[in-house]
Amino acid sequence: MKKIIAQKEIDVNEEGYLLDFNQWSKEIGEALAAENDITMTDRHWEVIDYLHDKHQKEEPLSIRGIKKSGVLNVKEFYSLFPGGPLKKSTLIAGIPKPKSCI
Amino acid sequence: MKNLLILGAGTAGTMMANHLTKKLPKQEWQITIVDQHETHYYQPGFLFLPFDIYTEDQVKKDGTKFIPKSVEYIQKKIELIQPEANCVQLEGGEQVNYDLLIIATGSTIAPEEIEGMDGPMWHKNIFDFYTYEGAKALRDKLREWEGGKLVVHVTEMPIKCPVAPLEFAFLADSYFKNKGMRDKVEITYVTPLDGAFTKPRAAKALDYLLEEKDIKEVTSFNIERVDYENNKIIDYADVEVEYDLLVTVPTNMGDSVIERSGIGDDLNFVSTNKGSLQSKEYENVFVIGDATNLPTSKAGSVAHFEAEILTENILRYIKGEQLEEAFDGHANCFVETGNGKALLIDFNYVHEPVEGTFPIPGIGPLRLLKESKANHLGKLAFRWVYWNMLLKGVPIPFVSAKMNEKGKKLETVNT
Repeated sequence: MKKIIAQKEIDVNEEGYLLDFNQWSKEIGEALAAENDITMTDRHWEVIDYLHDKHQKEEPLSIRGIKKSGVLNVKEFYSLFPGGPLKKSTLIAGIPKPKSCI
Repeated sequence: MKNLLILGAGTAGTMMANHLTKKLPKQEWQITIVDQHETHYYQPGFLFLPFDIYTEDQVKKDGTKFIPKSVEYIQKKIELIQPEANCVQLEGGEQVNYDLLIIATGSTIAPEEIEGMDGPMWHKNIFDFYTYEGAKALRDKLREWEGGKLVVHVTEMPIKCPVAPLEFAFLADSYFKNKGMRDKVEITYVTPLDGAFTKPRAAKALDYLLEEKDIKEVTSFNIERVDYENNKIIDYADVEVEYDLLVTVPTNMGDSVIERSGIGDDLNFVSTNKGSLQSKEYENVFVIGDATNLPTSKAGSVAHFEAEILTENILRYIKGEQLEEAFDGHANCFVETGNGKALLIDFNYVHEPVEGTFPIPGIGPLRLLKESKANHLGKLAFRWVYWNMLLKGVPIPFVSAKMNEKGKKLETVNT
């Protein structure tokens, strides 16, 4: 479905995840964060950069991966993106929700 | 003479030995299988052992009985796999060279991954049921347990047989009802997933059963540590769940030989082509069963379907033909729901578990995604099928390696 955010039209799935990463921009990420009551800081963006890097390399994202990322520890991950950190951070990053569906 | 070496004599390795010995010319190929253990366990039986449904003898046999006589069996620990040199180092300094290698080293629990899990309370009031020792210790505990808070917990995905912890919760409900003490037991199911199961379609059916059996559910719980002094598990969001008896599925990891050899990922699973089952790095190495990193369930049924496809691909490889990317991720699991009933799920890489009939389209006799007594009997009968047909590579009537799309209400997974 279509969604208007940060004056742009984007395509999202029923959970609000972007369907096409090419539509993503920092402004859209910021607006998606605001919808989830998160104010983005430099630290948040460092995490988003890490997620984009992983996504580009097609490496699956997981809490275990965060533990070994060297970017931040899991506690901080939870404090930056309270609730479901992987779910929320990937939504903001414009990449698919990680699946552990196996 | 060429050497085909199989590492691991579990479900997948044993099946491959049986398939290949029938297909490879004996004058040209010597097949060798290595496993450090003598006993072959019927792992699905570990679910029933804690509840005194199966006895110890029903879940284990001498593994060598299932290896064909023409296959050389070496009972030794594997120290190192050296795919660059086409050889494997065994304990005691023995080296085995190969022309073709099959890695079937499986997966195992790693409770040491979580702080406090395998500490002083391990197998006292914190148990696993994924090992023979764990399931047996838990049986002894349950026989005398007087009730309280039972927490059934999954540490992180992927795990072997992802429905097993749910089945454990369902069977616990029946077990305590039969003992006349269900009112003394509070059962809570704690999972890192959003719902009861990895596949949304099946999760709906299973969530309903949890509710019906008065089993509480805590989802999206990523465990940080076990506070074994105060009997609670704590997650990264500081959510706490108290227990009197914790039955956990610890982190599942590939064998440590994969780590020692530097050929796996973070969890020691080997990078594998999802259709052909060939290693992504070495063309004369193939991987099967729980040892792969494939996005399908780690389960005996999967290993069974993979074995048929891998056998064909190995024959193609030997003839210098193109491999077929034929494996579709097919998994087929009976889900025990307690009270003598079970449901059955059938899925693959692209199709969610669906309603329908199995194995014969439109007839059954088994119904998919519906609870029934026939499904339960199917699950119990499967133990005989496992020892007498599956391990020996005898085809199971009507059950095909690729998922049959007939007689099913199909729904494709959104990716």
